[in-house]
Amino acid sequence: MELLIFYPIGTLCVFLALGVVLNKSPIGSAMCLIGMMLGLAAVFAIQHAHFIAILQVIIYAGAIMVLFMFVIMLLNLKGDDTVWKTREGNTLLTGLGAVLVVGILYKMTEITGGGEFDSPTPIQETFGTTVKVGTTLFTDFVLPFEVASILLLAAMIGAVVLAKSKMDD
Amino acid sequence: MEHIPSPTVDLVSLAPVLVLSVFAMMVLLVDLYVKRDKTLVIFISLVGLLMTAISAFAKFDLPVHSFNDSYVVDELSVFFIMIFTLSSALAILLSIDYNKREGIRMGEYYSLILLCTVGMILLASSTDMIMIFLGIEIVSICLYVLAGIRRSDPKSNEAALKYFLLGAFATGFLLYGMTLVYGATGTTKLGLIAELIREEQIASKPLMLMGIVLLIIGFGFKVASVPFHMWAPDVYHGAPTPVTAFMAVGPKAAAFAAFFRVFAEAMPVLSPSWESLLCIVAVLSMFIGNVGAIMQTNIKRLLAYSSVSHVGYILIAVIAKNSLGSSSLVFYMLAYAFMIFGAFGIVILIGRKENEMLEIADYSGLAYKHPLMAISMSVFLLSLGGMPPLAGFVAKFYIFSAAIKEGFVTLVVLAVLNSVISFYYYLKVIVYMYMKEPEGEFQISLAPMTVFVVVIAMVGTAGLGIFPDPILYFTQH
Repeated sequence: MELLIFYPIGTLCVFLALGVVLNKSPIGSAMCLIGMMLGLAAVFAIQHAHFIAILQVIIYAGAIMVLFMFVIMLLNLKGDDTVWKTREGNTLLTGLGAVLVVGILYKMTEITGGGEFDSPTPIQETFGTTVKVGTTLFTDFVLPFEVASILLLAAMIGAVVLAKSKMDD
Repeated sequence: MEHIPSPTVDLVSLAPVLVLSVFAMMVLLVDLYVKRDKTLVIFISLVGLLMTAISAFAKFDLPVHSFNDSYVVDELSVFFIMIFTLSSALAILLSIDYNKREGIRMGEYYSLILLCTVGMILLASSTDMIMIFLGIEIVSICLYVLAGIRRSDPKSNEAALKYFLLGAFATGFLLYGMTLVYGATGTTKLGLIAELIREEQIASKPLMLMGIVLLIIGFGFKVASVPFHMWAPDVYHGAPTPVTAFMAVGPKAAAFAAFFRVFAEAMPVLSPSWESLLCIVAVLSMFIGNVGAIMQTNIKRLLAYSSVSHVGYILIAVIAKNSLGSSSLVFYMLAYAFMIFGAFGIVILIGRKENEMLEIADYSGLAYKHPLMAISMSVFLLSLGGMPPLAGFVAKFYIFSAAIKEGFVTLVVLAVLNSVISFYYYLKVIVYMYMKEPEGEFQISLAPMTVFVVVIAMVGTAGLGIFPDPILYFTQH
């Protein structure tokens, strides 16, 4: 049953992810990215990780994508600029890149075809629920949780230093 | 209501981090009340670093694991904290006169250096991949800003932007690697990962291997090893010189500490799969770093490429992955700190307000006008090259012997060969100083604090070279 939901959503996600890369206009890419994020949220939801699914929607599909859109619109693209400028194609480089990708894919299927991928660690039933996330955040991961505040402080000071309008003190 | 067991919190083992964070915030607050003269701010920062170094010894009976195995105080981390506090203090001392000359008047500068040091301490003491990631992010974000702190200088802006974009990209690789390793093992704690690998209970080997490759890319970028070194010359060139010296020592040492913990301590059993990859990276770093340095005409770029080649030598310590490897790693970083701060101290002394005198040709005839400075510069450069009896020689010697003990003879032969190549460009600078006629006037004002740093670096470089035993004893016990 879960697989019935997973495969369509998974396929959709892959296509939307391709859309992000292949889309000609930045706005289109951003839209595909939002769709992809929502798809991922659904994947989390069918894994019973409801809390993570909601966070995914709020943080990625919500907050971060709004920032993306802001930046794209602030750049105020006109006419030609609304499509990505791609570099002049270099046939040799493209060819070599293609060979590399095929090689990596071949090697990957060779390794995974050996059945070594077949034993994923089963996750507990409570993984990713609000209770579980909250508990681990304040027990196992209390130190990273606190250290993140130092990271945010450093980032804030940095942003102010680089962006404040008056140069001297 | 379900009862949540209270976490094991051991604030004493966290003492250096807490002390330094408090001082970093104090610097920010005090800076609001002082005007142009930043002496008080600098004084507080230096006191903070001293207190941090003292508080590193708060724990006895090492190693002490705390916070459910995500933080550790052991000999390695204590020694690294010493290196970090020393290098940050030297960087602040170098900045005093440089910042006055270049008009960097922001008090946040010192606060960012302290916060960056907090990140380095976390990075060197963490045994949890989430903590390592947070540590790397703290260090990188502070460095992005410090590199671009001269906002009116386009070179500085270029350095900051390049570093930021590439750094963010590399962080993505690192994080992806960590998630794959998590996927394969089900834990982020290095201790548990080591145990699972030993008992061959990894859920999926391909996932683990891909994770390892991505981790190498991420760490490789942070330490500037080839082929992830392209940012180094530009960033080192554009950043303010004290920041360049700071960047070349502290954060690199911190990244190596994490590198060592992840690869040599947590995954030694898997070494057949990552050893050869790291060997390639190390050899490429040495060759491309050295050959790149030969082409340079700018002293900061030359030192940047030389630091890429030094990353190659230091990687050998990670590859050796024995106890001699870890002690030679810390010894190398300490010796490297003295040499780099000495060399950049001289670079700062020679520069003046409008002209930083960064071309190697600017050094022509320095020996005739300022023989003492020329001698010190030569000592630092020769030590970087690995000339006995200076610190650089002893440091290289110990790394090489650690590798030979594990049977990496070819690698060591290539490394020795590279040391010889490196003398070419170190000697080139010395030739300019001693054998060319002076081209222009040197207008050197001997700023007291910068001279002080050069003297400390000189004592360190010569002292570690001639009497390495006390420090080596300390690193091995």
